[in-house]
Amino acid sequence: MTPILTENTFKEKMLKLFDDNLRSNFSSDNEYIRNIRKQAIGDFVKFGLPDTKTEGWQGTNLSKPLMLEYKQHFKPFEKDVDVEKIFMCEVHDLESYLFTQLNGWLVFKDESLSTLPGGIVVGSLASAFKAMPRVIENHYARYSKVSNNGFVALNTAFAQDGLFIYVPDGVVVDKPIQIINIINLTENLFIQPRNLVIMGKNSKLQLLHCDHSLLHKQSLINSVTEIILTENSELEYYNLQNKDSDSTLITHAWVEQHSFSRFLSNTLTLNAGIIRNNMNVNLNGQGCETNLYGLYLVDKEQHIDNNIMVDHQKPNNNSNQLFKGILDDQARAVFNGHILVRKDAQKTNAYQKNRNILLTDKATVDSNPQLEIYADDVRCSHGSTVGQLDPGAMFYMRSRGISEDVARMALMNAFASEIIHKINIAPLRNRIDEMVTKRLRGELSICDQCILDCNERRKYSFDIDLSRINC
Amino acid sequence: MLSIKNLKVEIQGKEILKGINLEARAGEVHAIMGPNGTGKSTLASVIAGREVFDVTGGKIIYKGKNLFDLSVEARACEGIFLGFQYPVEIPGVSLVNFMKTALNEQRKYKGLDPIPAKEFLQKMEQTKKLLEMQTSLTTRSVNEGFSGGEKKKNEIFQLAMLEPTLAILDETDSGLDIDALRVVASGVNKLRTENNTFIVITHYQRLLEYIVPDFVHVLFDGRIVKSGGRELAIELEEKGYEWIRQHT
Repeated sequence: MTPILTENTFKEKMLKLFDDNLRSNFSSDNEYIRNIRKQAIGDFVKFGLPDTKTEGWQGTNLSKPLMLEYKQHFKPFEKDVDVEKIFMCEVHDLESYLFTQLNGWLVFKDESLSTLPGGIVVGSLASAFKAMPRVIENHYARYSKVSNNGFVALNTAFAQDGLFIYVPDGVVVDKPIQIINIINLTENLFIQPRNLVIMGKNSKLQLLHCDHSLLHKQSLINSVTEIILTENSELEYYNLQNKDSDSTLITHAWVEQHSFSRFLSNTLTLNAGIIRNNMNVNLNGQGCETNLYGLYLVDKEQHIDNNIMVDHQKPNNNSNQLFKGILDDQARAVFNGHILVRKDAQKTNAYQKNRNILLTDKATVDSNPQLEIYADDVRCSHGSTVGQLDPGAMFYMRSRGISEDVARMALMNAFASEIIHKINIAPLRNRIDEMVTKRLRGELSICDQCILDCNERRKYSFDIDLSRINC
Repeated sequence: MLSIKNLKVEIQGKEILKGINLEARAGEVHAIMGPNGTGKSTLASVIAGREVFDVTGGKIIYKGKNLFDLSVEARACEGIFLGFQYPVEIPGVSLVNFMKTALNEQRKYKGLDPIPAKEFLQKMEQTKKLLEMQTSLTTRSVNEGFSGGEKKKNEIFQLAMLEPTLAILDETDSGLDIDALRVVASGVNKLRTENNTFIVITHYQRLLEYIVPDFVHVLFDGRIVKSGGRELAIELEEKGYEWIRQHT
């Protein structure tokens, strides 16, 4: 039931696991899901996992984490864990619909799928597979593409649970939905969460996704999130990543935008082991607005790779990317930003900027902004900067009596604040602002969490019936 | 207050200041004039502590202390203020926060508690009035998107907030229209006391009609070649710098 990966070939291991599970844990899947799995495992075999020779993956070497042994759980497993003692949400004043994913499985109390005011359905994807087969068939695995990246195929082959959100037409969700993904296990763990967000016409939602690990064990997360924004819908998607050095996090967000939809994402990476974020946005309608922001603060041996693709398929759309990072010690950041403007996508406005501050000689940034344009009536720009703190500004501040350390902090905060100010949820923005300040001062440890608190001094403040995990 | 003795300064091996001597006492206003590229701004920067210059000789004594022993921020905390010729933009740092941080850092240096919020705000409002500054300016990022005139006003605003004992104004008049010049000059005049010293660097006599100096020095090719009273500025304006060139 919990096979241990010992063989050398990752691919072979996965294939064998897949066959085992097809007969056991995947046997209750409906035909649609089963076919998708089979197709996906075929794609995985065909494409394999990317290595540093794969286009777009040159900057991130995953060979080390992939060599490790992990456990995978294909059933919600029994575990003697008192979640109440582990964590609480520390974003004060943030009222949200809160969901927790523990070691890959959604935790729930009464119902695996909740219905919120307005007919919003939120909860376990595993349950949605069964309870809403038609919606699943219309959307699930329709937006993610395999391309050169076997991780998406691998996730699709094995995915069992994650967050499912369905917002009906015309519904504005009254408070943010928050999902916390926690790894808390005394053994190395590999999980593949799968999320699906369906935004009905004229609907509106703020979604906050937090990734956290509690125990210092090796973990590998390969997550896929599919988001469909139908006409005139609006989604704000905040990702907070505060991971310890033993974790490898690979995320994929596939966003499909229909006409007049608005999508804002803000990916805030405060600590990383190895993080690779892939975000693909397809502008498959007109009058769309896309704003992708990112902030990464990394030090020591941390590695952050943001890989963005905005595909302007139709005319009259605006997209904007702004990613900023501060790197200390030997930290490494990669930014691959790609804007594709197809032949029909006239009147496109597409902008992209990546700015980095290196605090040491040993920190490195590999920034590749790319424009690929086949239409002739477009406005596009891209640019990247890598530099140190502005010496002119430093001198100016010091000449007013501000000490070097305080001046440096102020300049770094100012640099980061541009991204923080793009957070539209005030309590979250304030908390992130504090956290970034702490982080820059070197006071934010992986345990001193925004969202979670691994120390037992604080109690978990919301209610989960853990007996449900053991089903 | 300030005593500069045979100061020699190089930048990238090129000698800019070739032996400056200057004595300034409390309550005095000194004007330093001279053509472009003669070292006026270098002198101001060296006093403030900019590190790109190499001091190759001489010394600067300020309130009995060797200035070269003090860091940039310590000099500021000891009461030295430089009004920049080209004020620096600091995106993301609001002027109000910048000012509060600077004031409190200087207070910390002197062993004082941070300024109470109310007192700070009152002081800021008064100072803005004194300089006829737009209220919204203080909530904006330091100098970002400020007009040339607003940037120069902002320098005097900071001067008024920090109340230094030695203020060096590096071409504060450049880029100011006549109305702004009058406001800035009257601000400076109100800040003059018998306990502080101003060094005003300028190309033109015009500013000195408003800020009346006790002494005028002409800096030429890295040396002070002529010193005198206010009348020297007027003479210089009439005869031009060519007159100096012929007499050195």
